[in-house]
Amino acid sequence: MITTDPSLQSVPIAHHPDPAVLLAYSAGTLCESVALAIACHASICRGCRDEIERLNAVGGAMISEASPAAVGDDALDRVLARLDEPVPPAPVAPHLDAETRTVVPGPLQRYLSCSLSTLPWRRIGRSLEEARLPLSGSGVKTALVRIKPGRSVPRHSHAGLEYTLVLAGGYQDNGEDFRRGDYAEFDSSHEHQPVADADGGCLCLVILDAPLRLSGWLGRLINPFLRV
Amino acid sequence: MFATALSAPFWPLPPHRRLGSIAERSKQLVARLGLTNEDLCKLMEAIAARKDRQAFSQLFAFFAPRVKGFGIRRGVEPAAAEEIAQEALLAVWRKAETFDRRKASVATWVFTIVRNKHIDLFRRHAYPEVDIEELAETADDAAPADRALASAQDGSAVREAMRNLPAEQLLILQKAFYEDKSHRAIADELGLPLGTVKSRIRLALARMRGALPEAVHDHD
Repeated sequence: MITTDPSLQSVPIAHHPDPAVLLAYSAGTLCESVALAIACHASICRGCRDEIERLNAVGGAMISEASPAAVGDDALDRVLARLDEPVPPAPVAPHLDAETRTVVPGPLQRYLSCSLSTLPWRRIGRSLEEARLPLSGSGVKTALVRIKPGRSVPRHSHAGLEYTLVLAGGYQDNGEDFRRGDYAEFDSSHEHQPVADADGGCLCLVILDAPLRLSGWLGRLINPFLRV
Repeated sequence: MFATALSAPFWPLPPHRRLGSIAERSKQLVARLGLTNEDLCKLMEAIAARKDRQAFSQLFAFFAPRVKGFGIRRGVEPAAAEEIAQEALLAVWRKAETFDRRKASVATWVFTIVRNKHIDLFRRHAYPEVDIEELAETADDAAPADRALASAQDGSAVREAMRNLPAEQLLILQKAFYEDKSHRAIADELGLPLGTVKSRIRLALARMRGALPEAVHDHD
């Protein structure tokens, strides 16, 4: 079981998105999945949230400074006529249990149909379980992934990019520790083998924009299961 | 300030226009007044507190042409840019209670709504937003909730900082916001190594950080 001990949250976040990615988030350039990972990271990381606020302020200045384009004479009247229209009801949020609300950042909670414990987890080999998330973007796979305590993900590299955000527990990869809130981006030049903490395993949000390329015999064996 | 201005216009109006619609009067008013962030905040708060249509009309007169201009600058057809402007301003009306002047300027808040409308219209998906509430619950985060980027609330500080950016840094911010280009696309287009584009973004952000420190102070 993944530990939800709040003391884990006081470990400072060590791995942040590149400022270029924060800019792309603020400008609205990211796909829904990567935007979700950044929104979740920034919901936990005040420093990155402040950076995004500053970038949003740049966007605000760009709107203020945009050359005004005349709107139709009836534009305001048309909007005034719609002010009393009923607001489309917000989708009913499913009940999420306390563990889920503690572990899953707000932006991601809106994509869950149920609590973590009742998600349709699918076993992949002996070390991993994944639950796909319903996000847009063809060829992009977005999933919650659990790595069992002390187990490793098969050594792999990537045809495209892999993005991970740790939500609970932690893992080690190439000698570095990744814990709650840590964000990592790996490209095709990067071969790695994350190993989950021995005491609690690891829960991550993982986004793949192309299938993994597994290395090693075990990888080739389970490769078909990991296809996007 | 606006209530006074509306009840007793200080410029002469031709008689046939004096009884014009709210829309007409707001257009005339805003055309004559430059609105500061403080003015815009008061309009937002009037909308939130009492569904004030006159305040909304003034806000519309200020923002709709700018939002449309911003859309056109992003390469959107004028008709679609106007549709976005109308939808965005309708969303401003509906979400007015969520506006908090301690957290952002009105222009910044409107920008995020406009950005999301662009994504909704052209890419047909929601854009996940940072959940600020969550930060207050984080165990190690004892900072007060209103420790906002106070100076970011005043749009003039941001504009001033942008004017002082080196041209090569400003160009990249403009390509991101106006042309919706990723750092990779910008690097390709400018024929620059990705690392150069990233370091210019980092430098631009450091300058904005210097211009927009995190202390809370008054703007009025």
